[in-house]
Amino acid sequence: MISISSLTVRFGGVVPIDDLNLTLDVGVNGLIGPNGAGKTTFFNVLTGFVKPVQGTVTAFGDDLLAMPHFRRIRWGLRRTFQTEQAVAELTVLENVLTVLEHSGGAKSSRRRDVVDAVEFVGLGDSLQRPVGALGAAERRLVEVARAVVGSPRLVLLDEPAAGLPDEETAALAQVIKEIPARTGALTILVDHDMALVNETCAHVAVLDFGHIIASGPTADVLNDARVMAAYLGEDIDV
Amino acid sequence: MSQTADVRLPSLLTAATPQRMIALVVVLAIALFGIPAILSTFWMKIMFEMAAYSLVTLGLGLLVGRVGIYSLCQIPLVAAGAWFSLRVHFLFDESVPFPILLLITGVLTGVLGIIIGLPALRLSGLYLALVTLMAAGAITLLLVSVKFPNGGGGFWGFDTRSASGFNSVPRPGIATGDIAFYRYTVVVVALMFLLAAWHIAGKPGRAWASLRQAEVTAISAGVNTTLYKLWAFALSAAIAGVAGGIIAAGNGVTTNQFPVEQSILLLAVVLLGGAYSLWGAIVAAFFLRVFPQLLDKQLGLPVELLTVLFGVGVLFTLMLQPKGVVQDLTNLGRLIGVKTGMIKPPVAPVVASAAVETAPVAEQVPS
Ligand SMILES: Nc1ncnc2c1ncn2[C@@H]1O[C@H](COP(=O)(O)OP(=O)(O)OP(=O)(O)O)[C@@H](O)[C@H]1O
Ligand SMILES: [Mg+2]
Repeated sequence: MISISSLTVRFGGVVPIDDLNLTLDVGVNGLIGPNGAGKTTFFNVLTGFVKPVQGTVTAFGDDLLAMPHFRRIRWGLRRTFQTEQAVAELTVLENVLTVLEHSGGAKSSRRRDVVDAVEFVGLGDSLQRPVGALGAAERRLVEVARAVVGSPRLVLLDEPAAGLPDEETAALAQVIKEIPARTGALTILVDHDMALVNETCAHVAVLDFGHIIASGPTADVLNDARVMAAYLGEDIDV
Repeated sequence: MSQTADVRLPSLLTAATPQRMIALVVVLAIALFGIPAILSTFWMKIMFEMAAYSLVTLGLGLLVGRVGIYSLCQIPLVAAGAWFSLRVHFLFDESVPFPILLLITGVLTGVLGIIIGLPALRLSGLYLALVTLMAAGAITLLLVSVKFPNGGGGFWGFDTRSASGFNSVPRPGIATGDIAFYRYTVVVVALMFLLAAWHIAGKPGRAWASLRQAEVTAISAGVNTTLYKLWAFALSAAIAGVAGGIIAAGNGVTTNQFPVEQSILLLAVVLLGGAYSLWGAIVAAFFLRVFPQLLDKQLGLPVELLTVLFGVGVLFTLMLQPKGVVQDLTNLGRLIGVKTGMIKPPVAPVVASAAVETAPVAEQVPS
């Protein structure tokens, strides 16, 4: 379980996260909201790239904000990026291994763990290929493999389906749905693709101008009038 | 599933492919036996310098090619290495065996490298390069203030009898002659290249590759970015320091032998030779020490022309072949191999991914 209370982030005059309170359980949780709502900033706080001016984040009983960023990865935090960040010059295998070895996975099972994670996302045949040679969808999957290898506890996926065609999004959805069962991790999925959110998430929270305006079971939230209002003028592809 | 059953985790052993092993053995054989058999005394002196300076280019190539850090402090670190080796030599009453002396020199220069690397924790790109240039000036000033390379007994000792601005460390007993010491140097160089290869093929190499793509990539993989940046500076400096110790024993060192500006020329030849491959360091050392002599002795051209030629070379490298001359040579070798039937043509085109340029950290606001 993760619980965030009174979280506030300020960039000069901009307040992208404004007294945010939210509690989420293990499973895949959707986090939606219009462009500029503060979703990526929220992830950046959890990862340690952005320091909040106030607030606390308690994940599985631990104070996340107190840890230096590399310790958070060791603790079990994983994330993917809106602009995908798998290491282009390393192979798929090396990419996943990097996260495992730097997050303190047991040495004896390293080979097995890496191969398992890569096979889990369906890239078993591309293990030795450099990521720079892969297509967009495969690179997204490499990032997901990096996020699930070892013992993740909190997995943050920032628009993993952005720019992917429908079939590839569908394949990605199957992988995302499996993450909690495979790893026991609390997963937060940010995406503008409502079909993907609907398909993968049991619970959805809506962020608008730094506030959570709705949080609950997916079907209820997606039918909520205020959510639609927040998205007014936005492309909703349900 | 398919090919995953027999997959091995990457390491120096998996990196040691038969082709690479053959290349290593051939190059070592040429360097150890071929070159001394055919070259004159004058050119052997140049070859010694090329061997020693291949460590200097290796050290800088690691920073530039692997971590994406541009440092302009490499030449003063060689001077510092020479100085450390002289000081330790005199401190222990000239009794430290040469290999141990090199080891101590490497460690001490590595520590100095960490200090120079500290600004890299805050800066990157051009700003960092400028700060390293200032560090280079500072080291040079310090060396002048301690009257480098003069030395008498004790760490700070000053020998009035040899105030001539020249000093040297005695060569090891097994390699006192010029050819013998050249061979000794080639072996030390080979060991240093192995040390670098071991780093690259292992956990540090993957951490550095992540850092080079973007700081946020490394952080989100759990890389302790402070540790691995400083480690890169330490390794790079240690290798330069060993080169300094070798040069102090090979030719001896003089007061103005390691000018700060030469670091800029060094960066140029490292880019020209190819910073993304270890072999590129050897090509770079060729450009740095042998090429000027060829211009001067064989063609009678002014050495000043060199700066211009290197400038043009770097321009062409960056535009046409970011992997440097070493990649052109590799392609040529492959072509000859395929034409003569010695190697099979590659099945799939080799992916060119080394030139992944990264923006300075300041511009990498994670998104
Ligand atoms: N480093 C920063 N400095 C200043 N302002 C920032 C910074 N990062 C984000 N912002 C601002 O904070 C607000 C929230 O941005 P954020 O990227 O978190 O939105 P988002 O919900 O992820 O949007 P999108 O759906 O477009 O990805 C925006 O107004 C953005 O311009
Ligand atoms: Mg975003």
